[in-house]
Amino acid sequence: MTFLNRIIEKTGWPRLIIALFLLSLFIMAPFAEVKIGTSLSDTLIRFGMNGIMVLAMVPMIHSGCGLNFGLPLGIIAGLLGATITIELGATGTSSFFIALLLATPFALVFGWGYGNLLNRVKGNEMMIATYVGFSSVAFMCMMWLLLPFSSPTMVWGYEGVGLRTTISVEGFYLHALSNIFAVRIGTFLLPTGMLLFMGFICFLVWAFLHTKTGTAMTAVGSNPVFARASGVNIDRMRTISVMLSTWLGAVGIIVYQQSFGFIQLYMGPFYMAFPAVAAILIGGASVNKASIMNVLIGAFLFQGILTMTPSVMNSIIQMDMSEVIRIIVSNGMILYALTRVKKGAH
Amino acid sequence: MLKKDKDNVIKFLETNLVPILFVIIIAFALPLSGFSIRYLFNEIIVRLVRNLFLVLALLLPIMAGMGLNFGMVLGAMAGEIGLIFITDWNITGLNGLFLAMILSIPLSVLLGWMCGKILNRAKGREMVTSYILGFFMNGVYQLVVLYGMGSIIPIASDSIVLSRGYGIRNAVNLTGIRQSLDRLLPVKIGTTLIPVATFALIAILCLFIIWFRKTKLGHDMRAIGQDMAVAEASGIDVAKTRIISIIISTVLAGFGMVIYLQNIGTMNTYNSHEQVGMFSIAALLVGGASVNRAKIGNAILGVVLFHLMFVISPMAGKNLIGQAQLGEYFRVFVSYGVISISLVLYAIRKQRDRTRAGIALADAQEVPE
Amino acid sequence: MDNNSPLLEMKNISKDFFGNSVLKDVSFKLEKGEILGLVGENGAGKTTLMKILFGMTVIRDTGGYSGEIFLDGKPVSYKTPFEALDDGIGMVHQEFSLLPGFTAAENILLNRESTKDNFMTELFGDRMKNLDRKDMRKRALKAIGKVGVQLHEDMLISDMPVGHKQFTEIARELEKDNIKLLVLDEPTAVLTESEAEILLNSMKKLSREGISIIFISHRLREIINITDKILVLRDGKIIQEKPTLSTNITEIAEAMVGRELEVSTRGDARVFDKTFLSIRKLWVNMPGETVRNVSFDVNQGEIFGIGGLAGQGKLGIPNGIMGLFPGGGEVILDGKKISLNSPRKALDSGMAFVSEDRRDVGLLLDEPLDWNISFTAMQVQNKFLKPMFGNLVKWRDEKAIQEAAQGYIDSLEIKCTGYSQKAQELSGGNQQKICLAKAFIVEPRLLFVSEPTRGIDVGAKKIVLDTLIKNNREKGTTIIMISSELEELRSVCDRIAIIDEGKIAGILPATRPAAEFGLLMLGTSPVTGGAV
Repeated sequence: MTFLNRIIEKTGWPRLIIALFLLSLFIMAPFAEVKIGTSLSDTLIRFGMNGIMVLAMVPMIHSGCGLNFGLPLGIIAGLLGATITIELGATGTSSFFIALLLATPFALVFGWGYGNLLNRVKGNEMMIATYVGFSSVAFMCMMWLLLPFSSPTMVWGYEGVGLRTTISVEGFYLHALSNIFAVRIGTFLLPTGMLLFMGFICFLVWAFLHTKTGTAMTAVGSNPVFARASGVNIDRMRTISVMLSTWLGAVGIIVYQQSFGFIQLYMGPFYMAFPAVAAILIGGASVNKASIMNVLIGAFLFQGILTMTPSVMNSIIQMDMSEVIRIIVSNGMILYALTRVKKGAH
Repeated sequence: MLKKDKDNVIKFLETNLVPILFVIIIAFALPLSGFSIRYLFNEIIVRLVRNLFLVLALLLPIMAGMGLNFGMVLGAMAGEIGLIFITDWNITGLNGLFLAMILSIPLSVLLGWMCGKILNRAKGREMVTSYILGFFMNGVYQLVVLYGMGSIIPIASDSIVLSRGYGIRNAVNLTGIRQSLDRLLPVKIGTTLIPVATFALIAILCLFIIWFRKTKLGHDMRAIGQDMAVAEASGIDVAKTRIISIIISTVLAGFGMVIYLQNIGTMNTYNSHEQVGMFSIAALLVGGASVNRAKIGNAILGVVLFHLMFVISPMAGKNLIGQAQLGEYFRVFVSYGVISISLVLYAIRKQRDRTRAGIALADAQEVPE
Repeated sequence: MDNNSPLLEMKNISKDFFGNSVLKDVSFKLEKGEILGLVGENGAGKTTLMKILFGMTVIRDTGGYSGEIFLDGKPVSYKTPFEALDDGIGMVHQEFSLLPGFTAAENILLNRESTKDNFMTELFGDRMKNLDRKDMRKRALKAIGKVGVQLHEDMLISDMPVGHKQFTEIARELEKDNIKLLVLDEPTAVLTESEAEILLNSMKKLSREGISIIFISHRLREIINITDKILVLRDGKIIQEKPTLSTNITEIAEAMVGRELEVSTRGDARVFDKTFLSIRKLWVNMPGETVRNVSFDVNQGEIFGIGGLAGQGKLGIPNGIMGLFPGGGEVILDGKKISLNSPRKALDSGMAFVSEDRRDVGLLLDEPLDWNISFTAMQVQNKFLKPMFGNLVKWRDEKAIQEAAQGYIDSLEIKCTGYSQKAQELSGGNQQKICLAKAFIVEPRLLFVSEPTRGIDVGAKKIVLDTLIKNNREKGTTIIMISSELEELRSVCDRIAIIDEGKIAGILPATRPAAEFGLLMLGTSPVTGGAV
C-alpha cells in the first residue's frame, strides 16, 4: 500500500490519470472497431512531428527561465527559413536541410534578443514570454503580407503579393525525413527517418547538457545564487539557453511541416506553445526541472491521447469530444504545474 | 529646480509611455482613415457603452496586488450562461437582462472563489495562472454548453440548440433583450444616440469603486497589494481578502458581459468571452494603467484610445497600402504588443527599483577619505 | 488585580529545539514603568525568550516551552502574537514592517482603523464600514505625540528618512490603548546619533508614564544610560541580573562573553613574516551586514578570525571580497590587486569561500553531492572535463567527479548514502562538510570560512574545525574565519578582529582574555575602558 502511495506521490495524480486514460483508450480501441495499427502509427507520427518542439522546453527550464511560452518566436524563425528556402527554389530532400540552415541565423538572433529581454524581467518570465510569442506572431502577420516574396507557389494568385495562409511543401521537402527507412506493415507505418532525426536532436541536447556550459546552465536553474558564487555568468547562461530553445523551436516546426505537408503562416503558430508545454509537464517535468525522458514520455502520452480520443470516443458515445478533452487536459496540466508548491523551498 | 522639472517630465513620460504611443499612432492614422468626426464620436460612444463596465471590473484585483485578472473570462462565461437561459425561457426586455445578471451571480461567485483559491496557491505568478485558468475553464465551458446543454441540462428552445439535438449553437440571437438597456433612456445629440441608462449604470459602478476604496475592506486590499507579509502580520486575513477581490471582479465581469452582449445583440457562444478578456486588459493598459496601479480614468481613456485605434486601423491600412487586412493584423499586433510592453515595463521598473534601493544604500555609506 | 505583583514575571523558562537547549531556567521580573536592558551574544537566547513571550507559532511548532509567564500576576500563555498584542504587549522589530505606499497615520493604525457604519454594513458585515479619516488622523497624532517626535502624519513611508520609519513603528505600538509593555529590539541601530537621543528620551518619558520597556541593544552606553536593571544572558542562562547603578561596562562585558572554563587557546604563538592579504577602506553593501570602512592585513599561513555581534558587518567582509555583494575599496592578494564585484575574478585569484548561507549560496540542494563538490572546480579551473569525439567537445568526467566526491566523503566522514544522494537530504553538519569539500577541491591559497559551525551538532563542529586547522598546517592555506562564537575563534585563530557597526573595533591576539573581546563587541575599547 505504501509502495503504491509512493508511486502515486512520485508520478502525481494528473500524470497517472492521463496514463491510465490513454491505456484504457488503447484497450477500448478494438471494441470500438478502431484499428490498433493505424492508431499506433498515427501516434508515432505525431510523436515525431511534435517531439522536437517539446524538446525546445528543456534548455529554458534547465536554466530557470520557466516554461517556454515564447515558442512561437522559434517557430517564426523556422517559418522564415522554410519560406526563404522555397523562394530560393531549392527542392527535394536537400531543401529540408537548407531550410534548417536558413532558419538558424534567425533563431539565434531572435533567441538572443528574447533572452536578453527575459534577463531583464526575472521572475515574470512566463507571462511575458506568452505575450512576446503572441506579439511576434501578430507582427509577422503583417510581415507575411509585406515581405517581397515572389515564388508563385507561395503568394496569393490573384494579387501577386502577400503569402498564402497555408503553403504546400510538396515537391520541396514533403516527407523528406519520414520516408527515410520508412517501414510499412499493413496499416502500420513507421516514420523511421523522422524518429531517428528526433533521436539525434535529443542526443545533441543531452550531449550539450553534459558539457561544462550545459552543467553551468543546469546549476543556474537549480540555484542561481550558488552558480554566481561559483563564478558563472547567470545572464549569459540564460541567454544561451533561450537561444537554444528558440533554435529547437525552429527545427521543430520544419520537421513538423515535412510530415504534415504544409507551412502554416499568419495565426498558425499562435497557440503552438501550449501543447508543447502541456506535453513536457505530462511527461513528468516541473516548472524548474526537466529531462529528455520527460520529453519522450510526455510527447508520446499527449499525442497518444490526441490521436486516440477522436476515433475511440466517436465510435463509443457518438460524440466527438476530443477538442474539449484536449483543452481540458493540456491546460489542466499546466495549471497543476503552476500551482504546485516548489519543492525544496522549505 | 530645473533638474527637478526634467526629472518630473521623464517620470511622466515613463508612466504614460503607452497612452502617448497610442495618441501618436492615432494622430498618424486618423487622417489616413478618412472617417468623419461624427462617425468616430458615434463609434466611441458605442464602444464605451459596450466595454467600459468590463474594463472597470479589472480594477479591484489590481488594487489587491494580484495583477491583471485574466480570470475575468470566468465571469464573462457566467454572464453568457445567464443569457442562454433567459433566451431559452424567452424572457425579454429589461426583465430578461436583469434576470441574466442575477443568474450569473451564483455562478460568478463560485468561479471567482475557485479562481481565488487557485491563485492563492500560485502567489507571485497570479497572472500566468489566471491566464491558463481562463483557457482551462473555456474547456469546461465548452463541455457544459456544447455537450451538456440540451442533453443533461434541459433546453427547450430549438432556435438555440444545434440541429443534432444537444449543444448550443455557435451564434445565439439575443433579439429579446437587444439594446433593452441602451434604449431605456435615449438622448440624442446631433445624430448620435446616447444611451443614458447604460451610462448611469456605469456611473454607479464608478461610484461604487470610489466608495469601496474608502471602506475597511478596500483599505485592506490596498494594504495587501503593497506587502502581503506586513498585512498578514497586522492581522488582516490575506488569503480571504484576495479571494473576495477576485469574486467581486468576476461578478462585475459577468454583469459587464451581459451589458456588452445586449449592445451587440448576438452572442458568439464559444468566442466572445476569450476576446473580451484580452481586449479589456489591453484597453486598460492603453489608458496608462500598469500591473499594480489602475484608476477609473485609465479605464475610460483606455477604452477611447484603444477602440479608436481599433476602428480606424483597417481603413488606414487600406488607404495606406491598399490592404485592409494589414490594418486588421496591425490592430491585433497592437493589442498584444501593448500588453507585452506594459508587462515588460512593469517588470523592469520593479527590478530597477530594487537595484536603485541598493545603490542608494551604497551611496549612503561613508566614502572613505 | 494584585497591585503588589510585578507587571511581567517569567519564571523558570526553558526551551529546547530538538534536544538542543537554548534557554535554561530563566526567571526575571519587570515592574511597572521599569526599563530592562537585555544583553547577550547572538544565540544567547534573547530572541527565543521574546518569541516565547509573544507566543510565536515557531515555539509551539517546535514543542513549546516549559515554565510560567505572569502578566499582572495572572498566568498567561499566548498561542499567537495577536493574543499578546491584545494583552497590551507590543514589539518593535529590527526590520521595518511598514507599507511604503501608506502614510504614517495609515501605518500606525493598520488593521485598527477608525470606521463608521453605513447601510452596506447591515448587508455585508463590518468590513464594509467606511474609514473615518478624521478620527484616524487624530489618533495617529496622539500616538506620535507619545513618542515625542516631529512626524507628519500624512507623509508616505517611502518618502521618510530611516529614523522616521523607526518612530512610526514605535508610534504604532503606542497607539494601542492598553499598551503596558514594549519590547524594542536594537531600535537605535539604524538611527543617527541625534535621532537615537530623541528615542532614548521618549523611552524615559514612556517609563515615567508607567509603560514598561524591554530594551535589547548591544550599545552598552545607551543601556547604562536609560535602564533601571540589566539582564545578561549567555548560553541560555541568566549570568547577571543587577540594577544598572550597581554594575559597570567591564562587568557586563565579562558576563556576556566569559566562560566558566577558559578554553585552551592553541598556546603556541606563531610568528609570520609575510603579509598575504591587504584590505584597505573596504565598504560592502550587504543588507543587514553593512561594512563601512575596514582595513586590515592577514599574514601568509595565518588563521585570522573575524568576530562581532550579528548585524555589525562581519559577514559583509567575505561576501564583499568574493564579489557576492556590491562594494568598494582596495583588496590586494599576494601583491596583486583584486577587482571587486566579480565572483569569477575572486575565484580566479585563488580565493575560495564557504558561505554562512549553506542552503541558498553554498549548495545545489536539488542536485547530487558529487555535483555540489565538483561544480566550482569545473567552472573555474576546468577540472573534471574530458575530451570527447576527438577533442570536439569536452564532457563532464563523471567517473573522476565521483571518485573525488567519494574521497571527500571518506576523509571528512560525511554521512550519506553515497555521492549521488541529493544535498538537501543531508543533515546540517554533513552539508557543511560538503561546502568545505567544495572549497578544498579548488586548492585555494586563501580560504574564507563564514560561520562554519552554525546550526550543526557538537561532533560535526569538532571535525569541521579540526579539518580547517589540518588544512592550514599541512597545505599552508591562509584561512580567514568569520564566526559569532568567540570561543570557537579563540580556539582556532592566531589573531581576531572584532567588527562593530561596520568598522574594526580592534584586532587582538587570540590569547588575550575573553573580556577584552567582549568590550570590543560592545563598542568599548578595552584600553580606555570608556565609550567610543
